[in-house]
Amino acid sequence: MGKMLSNGVKFLLTTLLIIAIGFLLFVANKTASEYVILILNLMAINIIFAVSLTLINGITGIFSLGHAGFIAIGAYVSTLLTLPVAQKEMTFLIKPLIYPLNQIQLPFLPATIIAGLIAAGFGYVVAAPSLRLIGDYLAIATLGLGETIRIIANNAWSITNGALGLKAIPPYTNIYWSWGWAFATVFVIASLVKSSYGRALKAIREDSIAAKAMGINVFSHQVMSFVLGSFFAGVGGALWAHLITTIDPKSFAFTKTFEILIMVVLGGLGSISGAIIGASIYTVGLEFLRVLESPFKFGFINFPGIPGMRMVVLSVLLIILMLFWQRGIMGRNELSWDLLYGFVTKRLKKRGGKND
Amino acid sequence: MNFAAFLQHLINALSLGGIYALIAIGYTMVYGILRLINFAHGDVFTYGIYLAFYGVVLFLMPWWIAFIFSIFATAFLGALIERIAYKPLRNAPRISALITAIGVSFFLQNFATVVFGGRAKSFNPQTGIYPTSFLAMIEIGAVKIPVLTLLTLSIAIVSMILLMWIVYKTKVGMAMRAISKDIPATRLMGVNADRIITFTFILGSGLAAIGGILWAMKYPQVYPYTGMIPGLKAFIAAVVGGIGSIQGAMVGGFILGVSEIMIVAFVPSLAGYRDAFAYAILLFVLLVKPTGILGVEVSEKV
Repeated sequence: MGKMLSNGVKFLLTTLLIIAIGFLLFVANKTASEYVILILNLMAINIIFAVSLTLINGITGIFSLGHAGFIAIGAYVSTLLTLPVAQKEMTFLIKPLIYPLNQIQLPFLPATIIAGLIAAGFGYVVAAPSLRLIGDYLAIATLGLGETIRIIANNAWSITNGALGLKAIPPYTNIYWSWGWAFATVFVIASLVKSSYGRALKAIREDSIAAKAMGINVFSHQVMSFVLGSFFAGVGGALWAHLITTIDPKSFAFTKTFEILIMVVLGGLGSISGAIIGASIYTVGLEFLRVLESPFKFGFINFPGIPGMRMVVLSVLLIILMLFWQRGIMGRNELSWDLLYGFVTKRLKKRGGKND
Repeated sequence: MNFAAFLQHLINALSLGGIYALIAIGYTMVYGILRLINFAHGDVFTYGIYLAFYGVVLFLMPWWIAFIFSIFATAFLGALIERIAYKPLRNAPRISALITAIGVSFFLQNFATVVFGGRAKSFNPQTGIYPTSFLAMIEIGAVKIPVLTLLTLSIAIVSMILLMWIVYKTKVGMAMRAISKDIPATRLMGVNADRIITFTFILGSGLAAIGGILWAMKYPQVYPYTGMIPGLKAFIAAVVGGIGSIQGAMVGGFILGVSEIMIVAFVPSLAGYRDAFAYAILLFVLLVKPTGILGVEVSEKV
């Protein structure tokens, strides 16, 4: 299947798609219930998480399990910047907040960007030692780093308010912020993957030694991918904090990374469009699974609601997915206009064949 | 700090290290054979505690029968997990097996929340789970040591000696060592590799149950996430000692246990960071000698 559509047509189609989604979101924002809007926001944020993890895990082949740590950094940094000064005084009861932070209050956009940058900076610092490791060791080291960030957040009372967490965060996140950032994330990461850098990253994933032999600087490429992934994880964390409005160290436990991993695996490890699909299905599916936790009637039998049941179902689903359907929805393929075009023309030809 | 206090801390640290070592052995044996980080191992440990707890509380067994029952039942659980979740993936990419292991771990935690409830269950002798006489103190001069601590240490050491005997002196052990070198070649020698792998899981999970019960006596409660932190630390111990090596797991376990207790004893203000400290050791060891203290260097091939 070669190129079937010219670049101009594809650009037009993409623009139209984005406008269409934008319009739908605009309508949803005006008419849908608060609950639906919340889910839409969560979906966008999960897309940011999943796509950024895909860049690190799926495209570059660094099996990082520390994503929750970067999300935590993003959430805490942005919150400390946007919380009103009076609110900070009320929140930090046990130990007051340290100096520059207790005096400043920034608007949402700069706070988000700074959150992303600090997460990226941290990713840079962390990447240097961890990327010397390979495979499972790297997975464990990043898991450890993620957990360490959480433990620090739990103990650094004068910065994070410790185990009590931060409350009454201004609910700045709305459809436009979350989906705007989601589009930006997908655009930046997809462009990177399509560029020569992206091909280098994939070469590293397949065989880092062969990639090195081809003249690719493996280490600097891995660091770049890790830092970019951390940036968007931080941004996602900022959006998430301003959506749920309370954060504490427990929200960033390993479970968070695990959830994102499920999205990525469901969509297909190594596919950006897969990550988007996986994140969307996961977000909506989790809401549908809520049924399991509320009492319901099945025929004559009354099932009492069992709290925690949907997590059981979710983990069983992941195991089944890995046992029988490892490649996920997209595998390593990307959803593209060419693919869609090929699919449609094939269908049309089939129908044409019947008419003959 | 005087010498008596130091000795007390040391014995306490060694008993904690012994528990870490028991769990770490399970990680290291599975990794040595399948190159798989068995993320579910920490939760198998939790189930060991739950089974012992319900053996006494629900089935009204005498405590020692309940504990032995728990060890065997947990071993069976480990074998079951291997058969259902890991065996079908033996030839799959290793990343799939790793994700499955994370999935099993998540499942065990959430299943425990649903079935046993999320609230912590108290595991102390007042509820009759084990004799109160374990809490008595032995005094040797100025050194005061609880019976339980000594018991923990000795049970951990006896279990480890037993394991070493199985691995190095029996035929099954020989097969286990052979499999960790080369599975197809071992098959050609007429060894049923699948059975040996299952046996490895049985051994590892049994040790995890022993570790779990000892842990619960030390920190007397159990909830669905009990195994997470000790599991992670034991894994770190396995990596620090050199993953794949049983002696390494023991060394790593004791290093971790001793340094954790000593840090808290000497610098109490860092007590909140005791869990992060294990990661610091991990990173340090990985950067200095990525294969761990007793690990074997494996060169990367093209």
